[in-house]
Amino acid sequence: MNPEASTQQLSYIANQASDARVNIELETEGMTLNLGPQHPATHGTLRIIVRLDGEQVVSAEPVMGYMHRGYEKLTEVRTYPQVTTLVNRIDWLGSFANEVPFILAAERLMEVEAPPRAQWIRTALFELSRIANVVLFLGDMAVQLGATTPVFYAFRDREFVLNQIESVTGGRFHPNFDRIGGIKDDLPKGWIQETKDVLARIHSFCEEMQDLVVGNEIFQTRTRGIGIIPADIGLAYGLSGANIRSSGVDWDLRRDGGVGLIHDQLDWKVWTHPDGDSFARYWVRLQEVRESCKMVGQILDGIPSGPIMAKVPRIIKVPPGEAYVETENPLGVMGYYIVSKGDLVPYRVKIRSASFNNVSITPWVLKGVYVPDVISILASLYFILGDIDR
Amino acid sequence: MGLVENGKLPGPLTKLLNISRKYSLWVYQWGLACCAIEMGAAFASPRYDVMRLGVIPFPASPRQADLVVISGTVTDKMAPAVRRLYEQMPEPKYVISMGSCANCGGPYWDSYSVTKGVDQIIPVDVYVPGCPPRPEALLEGIVLLQERIASEDMTDRWNRDPIVVT
Repeated sequence: MNPEASTQQLSYIANQASDARVNIELETEGMTLNLGPQHPATHGTLRIIVRLDGEQVVSAEPVMGYMHRGYEKLTEVRTYPQVTTLVNRIDWLGSFANEVPFILAAERLMEVEAPPRAQWIRTALFELSRIANVVLFLGDMAVQLGATTPVFYAFRDREFVLNQIESVTGGRFHPNFDRIGGIKDDLPKGWIQETKDVLARIHSFCEEMQDLVVGNEIFQTRTRGIGIIPADIGLAYGLSGANIRSSGVDWDLRRDGGVGLIHDQLDWKVWTHPDGDSFARYWVRLQEVRESCKMVGQILDGIPSGPIMAKVPRIIKVPPGEAYVETENPLGVMGYYIVSKGDLVPYRVKIRSASFNNVSITPWVLKGVYVPDVISILASLYFILGDIDR
Repeated sequence: MGLVENGKLPGPLTKLLNISRKYSLWVYQWGLACCAIEMGAAFASPRYDVMRLGVIPFPASPRQADLVVISGTVTDKMAPAVRRLYEQMPEPKYVISMGSCANCGGPYWDSYSVTKGVDQIIPVDVYVPGCPPRPEALLEGIVLLQERIASEDMTDRWNRDPIVVT
Protein backbone atom coordinates (compact mmCIF):
# COMPACT_ATOMS: atom_id res chain seq x y z
CA MET A 1 0.00 0.00 0.00
CA ASN A 2 1.47 3.36 -0.92
CA PRO A 3 1.63 6.05 1.78
CA GLU A 4 -0.93 8.23 0.02
CA ALA A 5 -3.58 5.53 0.03
CA SER A 6 -2.88 4.68 3.65
CA THR A 7 -3.41 8.28 4.76
CA GLN A 8 -6.68 8.31 2.86
CA GLN A 9 -7.77 5.13 4.52
CA LEU A 10 -6.72 6.43 7.93
CA SER A 11 -8.80 9.53 7.47
CA TYR A 12 -11.80 7.42 6.55
CA ILE A 13 -11.33 5.30 9.64
CA ALA A 14 -10.89 8.38 11.82
CA ASN A 15 -14.11 9.79 10.45
CA GLN A 16 -16.02 6.61 11.06
CA ALA A 17 -14.60 6.30 14.55
CA SER A 18 -15.52 9.85 15.46
CA ASP A 19 -19.04 9.27 14.20
CA ALA A 20 -19.33 6.15 16.29
CA ARG A 21 -17.92 7.82 19.37
CA VAL A 22 -20.33 10.70 19.13
CA ASN A 23 -23.17 8.20 19.12
CA ILE A 24 -22.22 5.73 21.83
CA GLU A 25 -20.21 7.60 24.44
CA LEU A 26 -21.68 9.50 27.36
CA GLU A 27 -24.98 11.15 26.70
CA THR A 28 -24.18 14.79 26.19
CA GLU A 29 -26.35 17.65 25.16
CA GLY A 30 -25.73 18.96 21.70
CA MET A 31 -24.89 22.59 21.18
CA THR A 32 -25.24 24.75 18.14
CA LEU A 33 -22.46 27.25 17.61
CA ASN A 34 -22.54 30.07 15.14
CA LEU A 35 -19.20 30.91 13.61
CA GLY A 36 -19.85 34.22 11.95
CA PRO A 37 -21.31 35.90 9.91
CA GLN A 38 -18.45 37.99 11.07
CA HIS A 39 -15.38 36.31 12.33
CA PRO A 40 -12.10 38.06 12.95
CA ALA A 41 -10.22 35.21 11.37
CA THR A 42 -11.99 35.00 8.04
CA HIS A 43 -11.60 37.30 5.11
CA GLY A 44 -15.07 38.63 5.31
CA THR A 45 -18.35 37.20 6.27
CA LEU A 46 -18.75 33.46 6.14
CA ARG A 47 -21.17 31.98 8.60
CA ILE A 48 -20.81 28.37 9.63
CA ILE A 49 -23.43 26.70 11.76
CA VAL A 50 -21.66 24.01 13.76
CA ARG A 51 -23.48 21.46 15.83
CA LEU A 52 -21.24 20.38 18.65
CA ASP A 53 -21.14 17.43 20.94
CA GLY A 54 -18.79 18.54 23.65
CA GLU A 55 -15.71 19.66 21.78
CA GLN A 56 -16.49 17.62 18.72
CA VAL A 57 -18.23 18.79 15.59
CA VAL A 58 -21.22 16.65 14.67
CA SER A 59 -22.17 18.60 11.58
CA ALA A 60 -21.19 21.87 10.00
CA GLU A 61 -23.08 23.85 7.47
CA PRO A 62 -21.72 26.94 5.73
CA VAL A 63 -24.21 29.72 5.12
CA MET A 64 -23.25 31.87 2.21
CA GLY A 65 -24.61 34.97 0.58
CA TYR A 66 -23.53 37.60 3.07
CA MET A 67 -21.31 39.08 0.40
CA HIS A 68 -23.49 38.35 -2.62
CA ARG A 69 -23.35 41.39 -4.86
CA GLY A 70 -25.06 40.01 -7.91
CA TYR A 71 -22.15 39.95 -10.34
CA GLU A 72 -23.71 37.73 -12.94
CA LYS A 73 -26.70 40.02 -13.25
CA LEU A 74 -24.61 43.19 -13.20
CA THR A 75 -22.42 42.01 -16.05
CA GLU A 76 -25.50 41.96 -18.25
CA VAL A 77 -25.75 45.75 -18.02
CA ARG A 78 -22.05 46.58 -18.28
CA THR A 79 -20.10 46.85 -21.53
CA TYR A 80 -17.16 44.50 -21.96
CA PRO A 81 -14.49 47.00 -20.87
CA GLN A 82 -16.61 47.91 -17.86
CA VAL A 83 -16.92 44.32 -16.73
CA THR A 84 -13.24 44.17 -15.76
CA THR A 85 -13.87 46.91 -13.21
CA LEU A 86 -16.43 44.66 -11.57
CA VAL A 87 -14.64 41.36 -11.73
CA ASN A 88 -11.54 42.87 -10.10
CA ARG A 89 -13.49 42.76 -6.89
CA ILE A 90 -14.34 39.05 -6.92
CA ASP A 91 -11.12 37.82 -5.38
CA TRP A 92 -9.92 41.08 -3.96
CA LEU A 93 -6.48 39.91 -2.95
CA GLY A 94 -5.36 38.89 -6.41
CA SER A 95 -7.37 41.35 -8.42
CA PHE A 96 -5.52 41.28 -11.71
CA ALA A 97 -5.84 37.52 -11.98
CA ASN A 98 -9.63 37.88 -12.07
CA GLU A 99 -9.57 39.97 -15.22
CA VAL A 100 -7.43 37.61 -17.21
CA PRO A 101 -9.85 34.72 -17.89
CA PHE A 102 -12.65 37.14 -18.77
CA ILE A 103 -10.49 39.05 -21.21
CA LEU A 104 -9.18 35.80 -22.69
CA ALA A 105 -12.72 34.55 -23.23
CA ALA A 106 -13.74 37.82 -24.87
CA GLU A 107 -10.62 37.70 -27.04
CA ARG A 108 -11.49 34.18 -28.10
CA LEU A 109 -14.94 35.33 -29.18
CA MET A 110 -13.53 38.33 -31.06
CA GLU A 111 -10.74 36.20 -32.54
CA VAL A 112 -8.00 38.62 -31.58
CA GLU A 113 -4.80 37.67 -29.87
CA ALA A 114 -2.69 39.93 -27.71
CA PRO A 115 0.83 40.64 -29.00
CA PRO A 116 3.66 38.69 -27.32
CA ARG A 117 4.85 41.57 -25.14
CA ALA A 118 1.35 42.08 -23.79
CA GLN A 119 1.08 38.39 -23.01
CA TRP A 120 4.37 38.43 -21.13
CA ILE A 121 3.45 41.50 -19.09
CA ARG A 122 0.06 39.95 -18.43
CA THR A 123 1.67 36.82 -17.10
CA ALA A 124 4.06 38.83 -14.95
CA LEU A 125 1.18 40.74 -13.38
CA PHE A 126 -0.80 37.52 -13.05
CA GLU A 127 1.98 35.97 -11.03
CA LEU A 128 2.60 39.15 -9.03
CA SER A 129 -1.02 39.17 -7.98
CA ARG A 130 -0.66 35.53 -6.98
CA ILE A 131 2.28 36.53 -4.80
CA ALA A 132 0.29 39.41 -3.29
CA ASN A 133 -2.54 37.01 -2.57
CA VAL A 134 -0.72 34.01 -1.17
CA VAL A 135 1.83 36.00 0.86
CA LEU A 136 -1.06 37.28 2.92
CA PHE A 137 -2.29 33.72 3.39
CA LEU A 138 1.11 32.65 4.67
CA GLY A 139 0.95 35.26 7.40
CA ASP A 140 -2.75 35.02 8.00
CA MET A 141 -2.93 31.31 8.63
CA ALA A 142 -0.30 31.68 11.33
CA VAL A 143 -2.22 34.51 12.98
CA GLN A 144 -5.32 32.37 13.07
CA LEU A 145 -3.40 29.69 14.88
CA GLY A 146 -2.23 32.18 17.46
CA ALA A 147 1.09 33.51 16.14
CA THR A 148 0.75 37.23 15.70
CA THR A 149 4.09 38.10 14.18
CA PRO A 150 3.92 36.48 10.71
CA VAL A 151 0.99 38.62 9.62
CA PHE A 152 3.01 41.76 10.24
CA TYR A 153 5.78 40.35 8.09
CA ALA A 154 3.24 39.43 5.42
CA PHE A 155 1.73 42.89 5.31
CA ARG A 156 5.19 44.44 5.30
CA ASP A 157 6.40 42.52 2.28
CA ARG A 158 3.07 42.57 0.49
CA GLU A 159 3.22 46.35 0.36
CA PHE A 160 6.25 46.16 -1.91
CA VAL A 161 4.48 43.86 -4.34
CA LEU A 162 1.47 46.17 -4.36
CA ASN A 163 3.78 49.10 -5.05
CA GLN A 164 5.10 47.31 -8.12
CA ILE A 165 1.59 46.54 -9.35
CA GLU A 166 0.61 50.13 -8.70
CA SER A 167 3.52 51.60 -10.60
CA VAL A 168 2.51 49.65 -13.72
CA THR A 169 -1.25 49.81 -13.53
CA GLY A 170 -2.00 52.86 -11.40
CA GLY A 171 -4.16 50.76 -9.16
CA ARG A 172 -2.75 49.51 -5.91
CA PHE A 173 -5.55 47.10 -5.28
CA HIS A 174 -7.84 46.91 -8.27
CA PRO A 175 -5.73 47.47 -11.39
CA ASN A 176 -8.40 47.27 -14.11
CA PHE A 177 -5.50 47.10 -16.51
CA ASP A 178 -6.27 44.25 -18.87
CA ARG A 179 -7.83 45.18 -22.19
CA ILE A 180 -9.32 43.10 -24.96
CA GLY A 181 -6.39 42.70 -27.34
CA GLY A 182 -3.60 43.64 -24.98
CA ILE A 183 -2.93 45.77 -21.95
CA LYS A 184 -3.43 49.44 -21.23
CA ASP A 185 0.09 50.77 -20.82
CA ASP A 186 3.67 49.72 -21.19
CA LEU A 187 5.99 49.16 -18.27
CA PRO A 188 7.39 52.27 -16.60
CA LYS A 189 11.09 52.99 -16.66
CA GLY A 190 13.19 51.16 -14.10
CA TRP A 191 10.35 48.80 -13.20
CA ILE A 192 12.21 45.64 -14.09
CA GLN A 193 15.10 46.30 -11.73
CA GLU A 194 12.81 47.38 -8.90
CA THR A 195 10.73 44.25 -9.32
CA LYS A 196 13.85 42.11 -9.09
CA ASP A 197 14.63 43.72 -5.74
CA VAL A 198 11.10 43.03 -4.57
CA LEU A 199 11.36 39.40 -5.67
CA ALA A 200 14.51 39.02 -3.59
CA ARG A 201 12.56 40.41 -0.66
CA ILE A 202 9.75 37.91 -1.19
CA HIS A 203 12.31 35.12 -1.35
CA SER A 204 13.67 36.12 2.04
CA PHE A 205 10.09 36.36 3.32
CA CYS A 206 9.55 32.76 2.26
CA GLU A 207 12.69 31.74 4.12
CA GLU A 208 11.40 33.56 7.19
CA MET A 209 8.08 31.78 6.98
CA GLN A 210 9.87 28.48 6.56
CA ASP A 211 11.77 29.10 9.78
CA LEU A 212 9.06 30.84 11.77
CA VAL A 213 5.96 28.89 10.83
CA VAL A 214 6.69 25.66 9.01
CA GLY A 215 9.44 24.69 11.41
CA ASN A 216 7.39 25.68 14.42
CA GLU A 217 6.42 22.77 16.64
CA ILE A 218 3.12 24.27 17.74
CA PHE A 219 2.16 24.99 14.16
CA GLN A 220 3.01 21.46 13.10
CA THR A 221 1.03 19.94 15.95
CA ARG A 222 -2.00 22.01 15.08
CA THR A 223 -1.92 21.31 11.37
CA ARG A 224 -0.37 17.91 10.71
CA GLY A 225 -3.03 15.26 10.25
CA ILE A 226 -5.79 17.84 10.69
CA GLY A 227 -8.47 18.09 8.04
CA ILE A 228 -7.22 15.41 5.69
CA ILE A 229 -8.89 15.58 2.30
CA PRO A 230 -8.30 12.46 0.19
CA ALA A 231 -7.73 13.06 -3.49
CA ASP A 232 -10.90 11.37 -4.72
CA ILE A 233 -13.13 13.23 -2.26
CA GLY A 234 -11.45 16.50 -3.15
CA LEU A 235 -11.94 15.91 -6.84
CA ALA A 236 -15.55 14.93 -6.29
CA TYR A 237 -16.20 18.20 -4.49
CA GLY A 238 -14.48 20.12 -7.27
CA LEU A 239 -11.56 21.40 -5.26
CA SER A 240 -8.90 23.14 -7.26
CA GLY A 241 -5.69 25.03 -6.91
CA ALA A 242 -3.32 24.40 -4.06
CA ASN A 243 -6.06 22.65 -2.10
CA ILE A 244 -6.20 19.75 -4.53
CA ARG A 245 -2.46 19.76 -5.23
CA SER A 246 -1.79 19.29 -1.55
CA SER A 247 -3.88 16.11 -1.75
CA GLY A 248 -1.41 14.71 -4.23
CA VAL A 249 -3.20 15.53 -7.48
CA ASP A 250 -0.72 16.85 -9.98
CA TRP A 251 -2.98 19.23 -11.84
CA ASP A 252 -2.25 22.84 -12.63
CA LEU A 253 -3.97 24.73 -15.41
CA ARG A 254 -0.95 26.93 -15.93
CA ARG A 255 0.80 23.82 -17.20
CA ASP A 256 -2.14 21.70 -18.38
CA GLY A 257 -4.60 24.33 -19.57
CA GLY A 258 -2.55 26.09 -22.19
CA VAL A 259 -4.60 29.24 -22.77
CA GLY A 260 -3.46 32.76 -23.49
CA LEU A 261 -0.68 33.06 -20.97
CA ILE A 262 2.92 32.11 -21.50
CA HIS A 263 3.56 29.76 -18.61
CA ASP A 264 4.55 26.99 -21.00
CA GLN A 265 7.61 28.98 -22.06
CA LEU A 266 8.92 29.24 -18.53
CA ASP A 267 10.90 26.81 -16.43
CA TRP A 268 8.99 26.00 -13.26
CA LYS A 269 7.57 23.14 -11.28
CA VAL A 270 4.17 22.14 -10.00
CA TRP A 271 4.42 21.25 -6.32
CA THR A 272 2.27 18.59 -4.76
CA HIS A 273 2.13 17.04 -1.32
CA PRO A 274 0.84 13.54 -0.58
CA ASP A 275 -0.69 14.25 2.85
CA GLY A 276 -3.71 16.41 2.08
CA ASP A 277 -3.83 17.91 5.57
CA SER A 278 -3.72 21.53 6.69
CA PHE A 279 0.04 21.49 6.88
CA ALA A 280 0.30 20.26 3.30
CA ARG A 281 -1.92 23.07 2.09
CA TYR A 282 0.31 25.63 3.80
CA TRP A 283 3.46 24.01 2.52
CA VAL A 284 2.27 23.80 -1.09
CA ARG A 285 1.30 27.46 -1.09
CA LEU A 286 4.68 28.40 0.33
CA GLN A 287 6.35 26.55 -2.52
CA GLU A 288 4.03 28.19 -5.03
CA VAL A 289 5.09 31.65 -3.93
CA ARG A 290 8.68 30.61 -4.55
CA GLU A 291 7.77 29.25 -7.98
CA SER A 292 5.90 32.46 -8.81
CA CYS A 293 8.97 34.49 -7.87
CA LYS A 294 11.01 32.28 -10.15
CA MET A 295 8.54 32.75 -12.99
CA VAL A 296 8.41 36.53 -12.65
CA GLY A 297 12.19 36.61 -12.60
CA GLN A 298 12.34 34.66 -15.86
CA ILE A 299 9.69 36.91 -17.42
CA LEU A 300 11.62 40.03 -16.47
CA ASP A 301 14.73 38.63 -18.16
CA GLY A 302 13.03 37.43 -21.30
CA ILE A 303 10.35 40.01 -21.98
CA PRO A 304 10.19 40.68 -25.75
CA SER A 305 9.81 44.10 -27.30
CA GLY A 306 6.97 45.10 -29.57
CA PRO A 307 3.48 46.54 -29.43
CA ILE A 308 1.23 46.02 -26.43
CA MET A 309 -2.13 46.27 -28.16
CA ALA A 310 -3.56 44.34 -31.08
CA LYS A 311 -5.87 46.09 -33.50
CA VAL A 312 -9.30 46.24 -31.95
CA PRO A 313 -12.19 48.57 -32.82
CA ARG A 314 -12.74 51.57 -30.61
CA ILE A 315 -16.22 50.49 -29.61
CA ILE A 316 -16.05 46.85 -28.72
CA LYS A 317 -18.86 44.69 -29.97
CA VAL A 318 -18.28 41.02 -29.41
CA PRO A 319 -19.61 38.76 -32.17
CA PRO A 320 -22.31 36.25 -31.23
CA GLY A 321 -21.10 33.01 -29.73
CA GLU A 322 -20.12 31.28 -26.55
CA ALA A 323 -16.73 30.85 -24.95
CA TYR A 324 -15.43 29.37 -21.74
CA VAL A 325 -11.93 30.09 -20.52
CA GLU A 326 -10.51 29.04 -17.18
CA THR A 327 -7.15 29.83 -15.65
CA GLU A 328 -5.29 28.82 -12.54
CA ASN A 329 -5.93 31.75 -10.26
CA PRO A 330 -4.35 32.19 -6.83
CA LEU A 331 -7.27 30.43 -5.14
CA GLY A 332 -7.84 27.78 -7.76
CA VAL A 333 -9.57 27.40 -11.09
CA MET A 334 -11.50 30.43 -12.17
CA GLY A 335 -13.50 30.47 -15.35
CA TYR A 336 -15.90 32.66 -17.25
CA TYR A 337 -18.57 31.37 -19.57
CA ILE A 338 -19.59 34.23 -21.83
CA VAL A 339 -22.65 34.12 -24.05
CA SER A 340 -22.67 36.97 -26.52
CA LYS A 341 -25.45 38.03 -28.86
CA GLY A 342 -23.29 40.50 -30.77
CA ASP A 343 -24.07 43.38 -28.49
CA LEU A 344 -22.10 45.91 -26.47
CA VAL A 345 -22.84 43.96 -23.32
CA PRO A 346 -22.59 40.23 -22.61
CA TYR A 347 -25.89 38.38 -22.81
CA ARG A 348 -24.93 36.16 -19.90
CA VAL A 349 -21.77 35.56 -17.92
CA LYS A 350 -21.39 32.55 -15.69
CA ILE A 351 -18.53 32.86 -13.25
CA ARG A 352 -16.90 29.74 -11.91
CA SER A 353 -14.90 30.85 -8.92
CA ALA A 354 -12.60 28.62 -6.95
CA SER A 355 -13.61 29.45 -3.39
CA PHE A 356 -17.19 28.36 -3.84
CA ASN A 357 -16.08 24.80 -4.48
CA ASN A 358 -13.32 24.98 -1.91
CA VAL A 359 -15.75 25.94 0.82
CA SER A 360 -18.29 23.34 -0.29
CA ILE A 361 -16.18 20.60 1.21
CA THR A 362 -16.41 22.04 4.73
CA PRO A 363 -19.44 19.90 5.79
CA TRP A 364 -17.46 16.80 4.89
CA VAL A 365 -14.09 17.79 6.26
CA LEU A 366 -15.33 19.41 9.47
CA LYS A 367 -17.28 16.35 10.52
CA GLY A 368 -15.79 14.83 13.65
CA VAL A 369 -13.00 17.33 14.23
CA TYR A 370 -12.51 19.35 17.39
CA VAL A 371 -13.37 23.02 17.66
CA PRO A 372 -9.80 24.40 17.53
CA ASP A 373 -9.19 22.34 14.41
CA VAL A 374 -12.14 24.01 12.70
CA ILE A 375 -10.12 27.20 12.66
CA SER A 376 -7.00 25.62 11.25
CA ILE A 377 -8.99 23.78 8.57
CA LEU A 378 -10.90 26.88 7.53
CA ALA A 379 -7.71 28.89 7.49
CA SER A 380 -5.86 26.35 5.40
CA LEU A 381 -8.68 25.95 2.86
CA TYR A 382 -8.16 29.66 2.18
CA PHE A 383 -11.29 31.09 0.71
CA ILE A 384 -12.15 34.68 0.05
CA LEU A 385 -15.73 35.65 0.63
CA GLY A 386 -16.09 37.74 -2.47
CA ASP A 387 -14.95 34.71 -4.40
CA ILE A 388 -17.56 32.49 -2.78
CA ASP A 389 -20.61 34.68 -3.03
CA ARG A 390 -19.70 36.92 -5.96
CA MET B 1 -21.16 58.72 33.05
CA GLY B 2 -24.46 60.41 32.62
CA LEU B 3 -23.02 63.79 33.52
CA VAL B 4 -20.99 63.97 30.36
CA GLU B 5 -23.96 63.19 28.16
CA ASN B 6 -26.07 65.79 29.92
CA GLY B 7 -23.45 68.47 29.43
CA LYS B 8 -23.43 69.16 33.18
CA LEU B 9 -19.71 68.67 33.57
CA PRO B 10 -17.39 71.69 33.97
CA GLY B 11 -15.49 72.61 30.80
CA PRO B 12 -11.95 71.64 31.82
CA LEU B 13 -13.09 68.21 32.96
CA THR B 14 -14.90 67.63 29.68
CA LYS B 15 -11.73 68.54 27.87
CA LEU B 16 -9.71 66.10 29.90
CA LEU B 17 -12.20 63.33 29.22
CA ASN B 18 -12.21 64.18 25.54
CA ILE B 19 -8.43 63.94 25.33
CA SER B 20 -8.43 60.58 27.01
CA ARG B 21 -11.16 59.33 24.68
CA LYS B 22 -9.37 60.68 21.67
CA TYR B 23 -6.20 58.70 22.29
CA SER B 24 -7.79 55.43 23.29
CA LEU B 25 -10.16 54.68 20.45
CA TRP B 26 -10.68 50.95 20.53
CA VAL B 27 -11.66 49.93 17.07
CA TYR B 28 -13.58 46.75 16.45
CA GLN B 29 -11.85 44.15 14.29
CA TRP B 30 -14.29 43.65 11.53
CA GLY B 31 -13.82 43.15 7.84
CA LEU B 32 -16.48 43.01 5.21
CA ALA B 33 -14.99 43.14 1.72
CA CYS B 34 -12.01 44.45 -0.22
CA CYS B 35 -11.67 47.47 2.06
CA ALA B 36 -11.02 45.10 4.96
CA ILE B 37 -7.64 44.26 3.45
CA GLU B 38 -6.73 47.93 3.16
CA MET B 39 -7.98 48.40 6.70
CA GLY B 40 -5.78 45.47 7.68
CA ALA B 41 -2.88 47.14 5.94
CA ALA B 42 -3.54 50.31 7.90
CA PHE B 43 -3.97 48.48 11.20
CA ALA B 44 -1.52 45.62 10.98
CA SER B 45 1.24 46.64 8.64
CA PRO B 46 4.39 48.26 9.93
CA ARG B 47 4.26 50.84 7.17
CA TYR B 48 1.02 52.51 8.29
CA ASP B 49 0.74 51.37 11.91
CA VAL B 50 -2.44 52.89 13.28
CA MET B 51 -1.42 52.37 16.88
CA ARG B 52 0.83 55.41 16.81
CA LEU B 53 -2.37 57.47 16.58
CA GLY B 54 -3.74 55.90 19.73
CA VAL B 55 -6.16 53.66 17.90
CA ILE B 56 -6.14 50.15 19.28
CA PRO B 57 -7.44 47.44 16.92
CA PHE B 58 -7.75 44.66 19.50
CA PRO B 59 -11.35 44.14 20.62
CA ALA B 60 -12.97 41.09 19.16
CA SER B 61 -16.31 42.03 20.65
CA PRO B 62 -18.36 45.11 19.83
CA ARG B 63 -19.08 45.53 23.53
CA GLN B 64 -15.51 46.69 24.10
CA ALA B 65 -15.28 48.98 21.10
CA ASP B 66 -15.61 52.73 20.68
CA LEU B 67 -15.20 52.85 16.93
CA VAL B 68 -16.29 50.58 14.13
CA VAL B 69 -15.04 50.80 10.57
CA ILE B 70 -17.65 49.58 8.11
CA SER B 71 -15.10 48.32 5.65
CA GLY B 72 -16.80 47.26 2.49
CA THR B 73 -19.99 46.24 0.81
CA VAL B 74 -23.00 45.89 3.07
CA THR B 75 -25.48 43.55 1.47
CA ASP B 76 -29.13 43.34 2.37
CA LYS B 77 -28.46 40.01 4.03
CA MET B 78 -25.66 41.50 6.14
CA ALA B 79 -27.48 44.72 7.08
CA PRO B 80 -29.35 43.34 10.13
CA ALA B 81 -26.06 42.05 11.52
CA VAL B 82 -24.46 45.47 11.04
CA ARG B 83 -27.34 47.15 12.82
CA ARG B 84 -27.18 44.65 15.67
CA LEU B 85 -23.45 45.09 16.02
CA TYR B 86 -23.85 48.84 16.22
CA GLU B 87 -26.49 48.53 18.90
CA GLN B 88 -24.19 46.35 21.00
CA MET B 89 -21.51 49.01 21.19
CA PRO B 90 -21.51 51.19 24.31
CA GLU B 91 -21.91 54.95 24.04
CA PRO B 92 -20.13 57.13 23.01
CA LYS B 93 -19.57 55.29 19.76
CA TYR B 94 -18.32 56.33 16.36
CA VAL B 95 -18.71 54.91 12.88
CA ILE B 96 -16.36 55.29 9.94
CA SER B 97 -17.87 54.34 6.62
CA MET B 98 -14.94 53.17 4.52
CA GLY B 99 -15.10 52.92 0.76
CA SER B 100 -17.64 53.68 -1.91
CA CYS B 101 -19.73 50.59 -1.21
CA ALA B 102 -20.39 51.54 2.40
CA ASN B 103 -20.88 55.18 1.46
CA CYS B 104 -23.37 54.81 -1.35
CA GLY B 105 -23.23 51.40 -2.99
CA GLY B 106 -20.19 52.14 -5.15
CA PRO B 107 -19.79 49.99 -8.23
CA TYR B 108 -22.86 48.01 -7.20
CA TRP B 109 -25.16 51.02 -7.39
CA ASP B 110 -27.62 49.06 -9.53
CA SER B 111 -27.28 45.70 -7.83
CA TYR B 112 -30.32 43.97 -6.44
CA SER B 113 -28.65 42.71 -3.29
CA VAL B 114 -26.48 45.57 -2.04
CA THR B 115 -27.53 48.16 0.54
CA LYS B 116 -26.82 51.52 -1.04
CA GLY B 117 -25.06 53.18 1.80
CA VAL B 118 -24.61 52.00 5.36
CA ASP B 119 -26.02 55.35 6.54
CA GLN B 120 -29.44 53.98 5.77
CA ILE B 121 -29.17 51.71 8.80
CA ILE B 122 -26.71 53.34 11.22
CA PRO B 123 -25.51 56.95 11.71
CA VAL B 124 -22.09 57.62 10.20
CA ASP B 125 -19.49 60.05 11.55
CA VAL B 126 -16.82 59.92 8.86
CA TYR B 127 -17.09 59.04 5.18
CA VAL B 128 -13.88 57.87 3.54
CA PRO B 129 -14.27 57.72 -0.25
CA GLY B 130 -12.31 55.46 -2.57
CA CYS B 131 -12.62 51.99 -4.00
CA PRO B 132 -10.89 50.89 -1.89
CA PRO B 133 -9.44 53.94 -0.09
CA ARG B 134 -5.72 53.83 0.45
CA PRO B 135 -4.64 53.18 4.03
CA GLU B 136 -3.51 56.80 4.22
CA ALA B 137 -7.07 57.92 3.49
CA LEU B 138 -8.39 55.81 6.34
CA LEU B 139 -5.74 57.27 8.66
CA GLU B 140 -6.80 60.75 7.56
CA GLY B 141 -10.39 59.89 8.45
CA ILE B 142 -9.31 58.68 11.87
CA VAL B 143 -7.26 61.83 12.49
CA LEU B 144 -10.21 64.03 11.53
CA LEU B 145 -12.45 62.03 13.85
CA GLN B 146 -9.97 62.46 16.67
CA GLU B 147 -9.92 66.22 16.11
CA ARG B 148 -13.67 66.27 16.40
CA ILE B 149 -13.62 64.17 19.54
CA ALA B 150 -11.11 66.56 21.12
CA SER B 151 -13.54 69.47 20.87
CA GLU B 152 -16.71 67.51 21.40
CA ASP B 153 -19.61 68.64 23.50
CA MET B 154 -21.94 65.77 24.25
CA THR B 155 -25.08 67.87 24.12
CA ASP B 156 -24.72 68.62 20.43
CA ARG B 157 -23.07 65.38 19.46
CA TRP B 158 -25.94 64.20 17.29
CA ASN B 159 -26.60 67.58 15.67
CA ARG B 160 -23.38 67.86 13.68
CA ASP B 161 -22.79 66.99 10.06
CA PRO B 162 -20.61 63.99 9.31
CA ILE B 163 -17.01 64.46 8.20
CA VAL B 164 -16.21 63.73 4.56
CA VAL B 165 -12.55 63.00 3.84
CA THR B 166 -11.54 64.78 0.65
